[in-house]
Amino acid sequence: MEKNTPLWEIFIRSRQGLDHKHVGSLHAADAQMAIENARDVYTRRQEGVSIWVVESKYITASDPDDSDPLFEPAKDKVYRHPTFYDLPEGIKHI
Amino acid sequence: MNLYNYILRMADNSLILGHRLSEWCGHGPVLEQDIAMTNMALDLIGQARSLFALAAEVQNEGRTEDDLAYLRDVMDFQNLLLVEQPNGDFAHTVVRQFFFSAFQLPFYQNLDTILTNPKSKIQNPKLDILRGIAEKAIKELTYHVRWSSEWVIRLGDGTDESHKRMQLAINSLYEYTVEAFMSDDVDKQAITEGYGVVLENIKPVFEETLKTVLTEATLTWPQNVYMQKGGKSGYHTEHLGYLLAEMQYLQRVYPHSVW
Repeated sequence: MEKNTPLWEIFIRSRQGLDHKHVGSLHAADAQMAIENARDVYTRRQEGVSIWVVESKYITASDPDDSDPLFEPAKDKVYRHPTFYDLPEGIKHI
Repeated sequence: MNLYNYILRMADNSLILGHRLSEWCGHGPVLEQDIAMTNMALDLIGQARSLFALAAEVQNEGRTEDDLAYLRDVMDFQNLLLVEQPNGDFAHTVVRQFFFSAFQLPFYQNLDTILTNPKSKIQNPKLDILRGIAEKAIKELTYHVRWSSEWVIRLGDGTDESHKRMQLAINSLYEYTVEAFMSDDVDKQAITEGYGVVLENIKPVFEETLKTVLTEATLTWPQNVYMQKGGKSGYHTEHLGYLLAEMQYLQRVYPHSVW
């Protein structure tokens, strides 16, 4: 079963204008079946208007052991966040 | 009253097949298909609810959709013999779905066209509701045809074992298909009253779907077989009684109980 139906990662766009978000994974024989399975498994409650599928083996993930060199250096650099500006009163949508 | 019977038949088809598919809940071959089948079950039961509610309104004897679903006995059901056939293996379920959806889709499309045509418009607001139900169903049925066709092709043109099982399912279910296209008095009266689908017109559409899909699936369908009929007039196979016994159990044992 596993051999004939590899794992696929499913991305759903919930509304027009938003990004596709990863929602989970499922098994399917090919891309067409993956789309149909995703429709049945992940959009039953009106969760989406668009589906992307990609076979899991094509995703390259960062190594958890690398998390210190990759992510640790950003921790003490709070100045990279735009939190030190005084915003004038009355400016909206920022 | 002919309209009542006409709507009731559509409702019975949807209810019985919906119930059959619901029997797969928790038993599907894989999680994805378990959900796919129960989704379709809910589509069909949703259609049945709307149709029963409308039929009850048309009949106007104070009955409800629940009365029509749960308090009628085998002989009162007018569904096609095809939809009451047991699930069997996955191949039987897929083939049954494919045969029925390949009939149901053009039926509702035709019905929608008839009810939309302003020339044949009869002054009956109930028919507007029926058109609404048909239009909603068409979207669902388009997916049912797609889902079942995909599986007929995948399994027919799959392994030796899957091909064998699919061919067996076709051979055993094909004899229940022609009943859908045989007009009886209710069908003829419906045409006279201006809302009936001419079944002879949708038969070629059904046959074309079968030909296209089964050819791609490397499957054949039997020629010159004896065709079963009777469902539309209340003569059913032995399977329907068991199905109703399970489906109606609660309402029979605890009459008038509500959710």
